[in-house]
Amino acid sequence: MMPLLTPLRRLRRMLPALLVGVSILLAPVLVLAVDDPSEMLPDPKQEARAEAIGSQLRCLVCQNESIEDSGAGLARDLRKVVREHVAKGETDKQIMDWMVDRYGNFIRLSPPLSVGTLLLWSMPVLALLLGLTTAFFAYRRRAAAPAAPPPLSDDEKARLAKLTKD
Amino acid sequence: MLSPELGHYALALACIFAAAQGILPLIGAHRRDRRVMMLAPGLALGQLFALAISFLCLVYAAVTDDFSVQNVAANSAVTKPLLYKITGVWGNHEGSVLLWALILGICGAAVAAFGRNLPSALRARVIAVLGAVAAGFELFCLTTSDPFARVWPAPMDGQGMNPLLQDPGLAFHPPILYTGYVGFAVPFAFAIAALMEGRVDAAWGRWVRPWAVAAWCFLTCGIALGSWWSYYVLGWGGYWFWDPVENASLIPWLTGTALIHSAIVVEKREGLKIWTVLLAIATFSFSLSGTFLVRSGILNSVHAFANDPARGIFILGLLGVVIGGSLALFAYRAPALTAGGLFAPVSREGALVLNNILLCSICAVVVTGTMYPPFMSLLFDRTISVGKPFFDATTIPLALPLFVFMGFGPMLPWKRAQLWPVLQRLWLAAIVTAIAFLVAAFGVSGVLPVLSCGVAVWIIAASITDITERVRLFRMPLAGSLQRARMLPRSVFGTALAHAGVGVTVLGLAAMSQAQHKIVEVPVGTTEHLAGYDWTLTNVTQEPGPNYSALVATIEIHHNGRLVTVMHPSKRSFNSQNQTTTEVSIHTNLLADLYGVLGDKHGTDAAPTYVLRLHYNPLAPWMWLGALIMAIGGALSLSDRRMRVGAPRRAKLSSETVTAA
Amino acid sequence: MSTSPDNENLTRRRLMMGLPLAGAAVLGVGFWKMLAGMQRGSFNPHDINAPVLNRPVPEFTVPDQAPGQGFSAQDLRGLTKPVLVNFFASWCIPCLAEMPTLMSLKDDLTLWGIAYKDRPENAANFLKHSGNPFTRLGSDHDGRIGMEWGISGVPETFLVGPGGIIRWHTATPLDVDTIRNTLIPLLEKLKAS
Repeated sequence: MMPLLTPLRRLRRMLPALLVGVSILLAPVLVLAVDDPSEMLPDPKQEARAEAIGSQLRCLVCQNESIEDSGAGLARDLRKVVREHVAKGETDKQIMDWMVDRYGNFIRLSPPLSVGTLLLWSMPVLALLLGLTTAFFAYRRRAAAPAAPPPLSDDEKARLAKLTKD
Repeated sequence: MLSPELGHYALALACIFAAAQGILPLIGAHRRDRRVMMLAPGLALGQLFALAISFLCLVYAAVTDDFSVQNVAANSAVTKPLLYKITGVWGNHEGSVLLWALILGICGAAVAAFGRNLPSALRARVIAVLGAVAAGFELFCLTTSDPFARVWPAPMDGQGMNPLLQDPGLAFHPPILYTGYVGFAVPFAFAIAALMEGRVDAAWGRWVRPWAVAAWCFLTCGIALGSWWSYYVLGWGGYWFWDPVENASLIPWLTGTALIHSAIVVEKREGLKIWTVLLAIATFSFSLSGTFLVRSGILNSVHAFANDPARGIFILGLLGVVIGGSLALFAYRAPALTAGGLFAPVSREGALVLNNILLCSICAVVVTGTMYPPFMSLLFDRTISVGKPFFDATTIPLALPLFVFMGFGPMLPWKRAQLWPVLQRLWLAAIVTAIAFLVAAFGVSGVLPVLSCGVAVWIIAASITDITERVRLFRMPLAGSLQRARMLPRSVFGTALAHAGVGVTVLGLAAMSQAQHKIVEVPVGTTEHLAGYDWTLTNVTQEPGPNYSALVATIEIHHNGRLVTVMHPSKRSFNSQNQTTTEVSIHTNLLADLYGVLGDKHGTDAAPTYVLRLHYNPLAPWMWLGALIMAIGGALSLSDRRMRVGAPRRAKLSSETVTAA
Repeated sequence: MSTSPDNENLTRRRLMMGLPLAGAAVLGVGFWKMLAGMQRGSFNPHDINAPVLNRPVPEFTVPDQAPGQGFSAQDLRGLTKPVLVNFFASWCIPCLAEMPTLMSLKDDLTLWGIAYKDRPENAANFLKHSGNPFTRLGSDHDGRIGMEWGISGVPETFLVGPGGIIRWHTATPLDVDTIRNTLIPLLEKLKAS
C-alpha cells in the first residue's frame, strides 16, 4: 500500500493545511496525467459502457476518485479489467459483482442499499419531510394561536426600557 | 528585527489580548459598565496588531530563507520564486492556522471599527465572542502547531515546496476561502451575543446580514477558485469530486446561503428568528469542523496524517468548547426568545422558508454522505465509500425544485401573496424557458442536462423579469423606467444578479455533461478531429526551466480552415522533487474551452509518438463565471445603503436606548 | 419573555432547542472515539477491509520467481500448518523496511512471497540484498493475482490457516508490535482449535 503512496503521503502532509478545498485532487497528477490510448476499447459503445462502470468504482488508493479519473497504477489495472470484462460481453452487474467479491463494497462509490445504509439513502427524503413538517406545525400553531397584540412601537419600547432598567 | 522569536512572542501577546478581549467586555456588558465595554475595540485592535507582527515575522523568515525555522525548512527552498515563498507561508498546517487566526483578528477589528453604530453592549459582546474563539485558536497555534519552532542544526537549504502547489490560483485560494470560513465567525458572534441578551429583533437581522453576505461572497469565490484550479491543473477537466475536503467547504456554503436568506425574514418581518440564530451558529460550526476535522485524519482518506494525534484531540476539545458551548447556550436561551409573527405559506417569507428547507436538506445529505463512511467503520466495522454517484443521485433532485422556486421567490410580495399574478408576470420567462427546453431536448443528450438547461434559463429569465417588472420596462416611457431603476434599492439588483449567477453556473454544469474528449497516441504532424476542430501536433521540443526541464508540444487548432489558436501544453520534470507535472493548455472563447494535455512519450527516439489528451468543454468557464456573478451580486447588495452597518440612524438610536440605556 | 403561556408548550420548545446540542454531542463522541481508536491503533478509518477474511484462498497460480519456486491455491489448501503470504516489490520502500522483521520470523513461521508488479530480475536482486525469508516465491507480473487477493498496494500480508483459509490480513508493513500483539495470539488460537 505504501509505495504507491509515498509521494502522495509526502505531499499530503503539507496539503491539508493549504488545500482545504482541493487537496486530494493532486494525487493523480503525481502518478500520471494522461491515460494510454491503447487502454481504450475500439468499439465506442463498449468504451462508453466501460467508462460508465468505471466511474462507479472507487480508486482504492485515492481519495473519493473513480478509477476512470485516477492515474494511480491500481486504477489503471482495474480499468483494464473492466474493459476486458466488457469486451467479453458481461453485464454491468457481473462486473460489479466481480469487483465487490474482491474488494468489498468499499469499491462502490455509490453504496448498495442495506440496513446499514438505509439512513444514508433515506436522508434526502427524511430531511425534506422533517423540514416541511416542522414548518407546517409551526404555521398551524401560530395560525391557531390568538392573534398577538400589535407589537410595541419603538418609542414605547424605549420608554418601557427606561422604566424597567433605570 | 523581525525574528522568529519576536513572532512567537507577538503570537503569545495576541493570545493574551484575545483572552482579555473574550472576558472583559462580557463583564462590562453584564454590569452595564461602559468603561469596561469600551475596552473591547482597543483589545481587538491590539490583538490584530500583535497577530500582524507575528505573521510578518513568519513571512520575513520565509522570504529571507531562514531555514533555522523548521516550518520554512520543511516548506521552502532557496530556488523557490519570491511569490511562492510568500504564499508558501500559508501552504502548510502551522502557517495556515496562523493565517486563520489573523483573519479572525481582522474580523474582530472590523467589528470594532465598523460597528460604531451598534448598541454598545451588543458590540462588546460580539467582539468578546470573537476574542474568545481567537484565543482558542492562538492557543492551539502556540501549543501544538508552533510555526516558529527552530530546528538545529539549520539545514543549508529547505526541502522545497511541491511544484504542483507553485501555482498562482492555488496561492490565493486559501486566504480567500479562509476569509469566507472565518467571516462566518461574525454572524456567529452576533448570534451568541443575541442569545446572551435574550433578544433578536429586526435591527439584529439588519446588522448581521452584511457580515454574513460578505463572508458568503468570499466563500463562494474560494470554492470556485479551488474548483477552477483542479480543472486546469488536474489534466482531465475534472472540477468537482464530492470529496470530503470539498464537501467541508460546500457544507458551510449551503447553510451560509440559507442564513443570508433567513436573515432577510428577521430583518423585514421579525420571523424565523430562532432559526436564523441556529443557522448562524451552524454555519460557523461547520466551517470550523470542516477545516479542522479534515486535519485530524478521520475524513482525509489514505494513510496520511497520523502525524500528531495530540493535535486532533486539541482540535476536538476546542470544537467541543466552541460548538458545544454555543449550542448549549442556544438550548438554554432560545426557548425564551419570542416567536415570530404569522405569515401565509404563499408569500415572500414562505418562499424563503422553502429555500431554507431545501438548502438545509441538501446540506443534511452532504453532511450524512461525508460522515457516513467513518461512522460505518466505527459502529459496524464495515468499510463503504460514498462518492460522486451517490451525491449526484441525492442532491440533484433537491436542487432542481430549489432552482424552480428561485424564479418565483423574489417576485412574491411579503405577508400574503397570490400565485396567479406572479405567474402572469413571469409569462415571458416561462416562454423563454419552454424554448430553452425544446432547444436543449434536441441539442443535448440525457434527461438531466435537458432539465438543468431548462431551469438554468428559467432562473436567469426570472431574475431579469424581476428587474424589468419593477422598473415597468416597456409599460411606461423609458425615461420613467430608468428613473425607477435609479430609485430601486441596490439589493434588488444584487439579488437578481446573484440568482442569475446561479443560473449561469447551472448552465455551465449542464453543458459540461456534453463535453467531448479524445485520447490519442500520435507522431508529430498528425491532425485529430474533435468537436469540429482540427488539432494538429506540429512540434514537440525539450525546453529548460528554472528548476525543471519541460517537454513542450505545439498544437495548432483550426476551425473550418481558419487558425483558432496555437497551444503549448507541456510536461515538466522537476529534478529536485523527482516529480513530473503536466501543464495543461486551455484556449477559451467563453462559450467553450479547448483543453489540451501532453502525455507520455512513446516509440523510439527516431520515431517518437506522443500521448495527447484533447478536450472540448462547452460553457466550462460559465461554472466559475456564475460563482463570480453570485459574489458580485452579494457585493452589490452590500453596497446598498440599507445594508450598511447601522445605516438608518433613527432605528439605530431607538434600539440603542432600548438595550443600553 | 416567552409568548407561550402554557408550560407544556415551553417544555416542548426546550426539548426541540436541545436537539442540535444532542446531535452535535453524538457526533463529538463519535469523533472522539475515532481519534482515540486511531491513537491506539485499533481504529483506522482508511482500512479497506478486503472481504477475503475467513474465506478460502482465491484460485490462482504464480509462476516461479528466482530464487524460489512458484505456488498455487492447491498448494496452500493442502497445507496443515499456517503460512504467511507476503506481497512485496523491489520498488517499494516500506517493503524494504519490513524485510528485517520477516527475516526474524522465518525460522518460526513459513513465509511465502509474491513479487507484485515487479521485474523478476529486480525482485531477485532485492532479495539478494535484503535476505530471502521466503520458502516459496512467485511472480505476479501484471498484478492480476494481487487483484484476486484484493490487495491495493504493497506490502500486504495474509495469514493462511490450515486448509487454505485466510485468517488474517494487514495492509501495513509488519512490525514487532503487530507480531507480538496480533499475530502470535492468533497463531496460538489456530493451533488450539
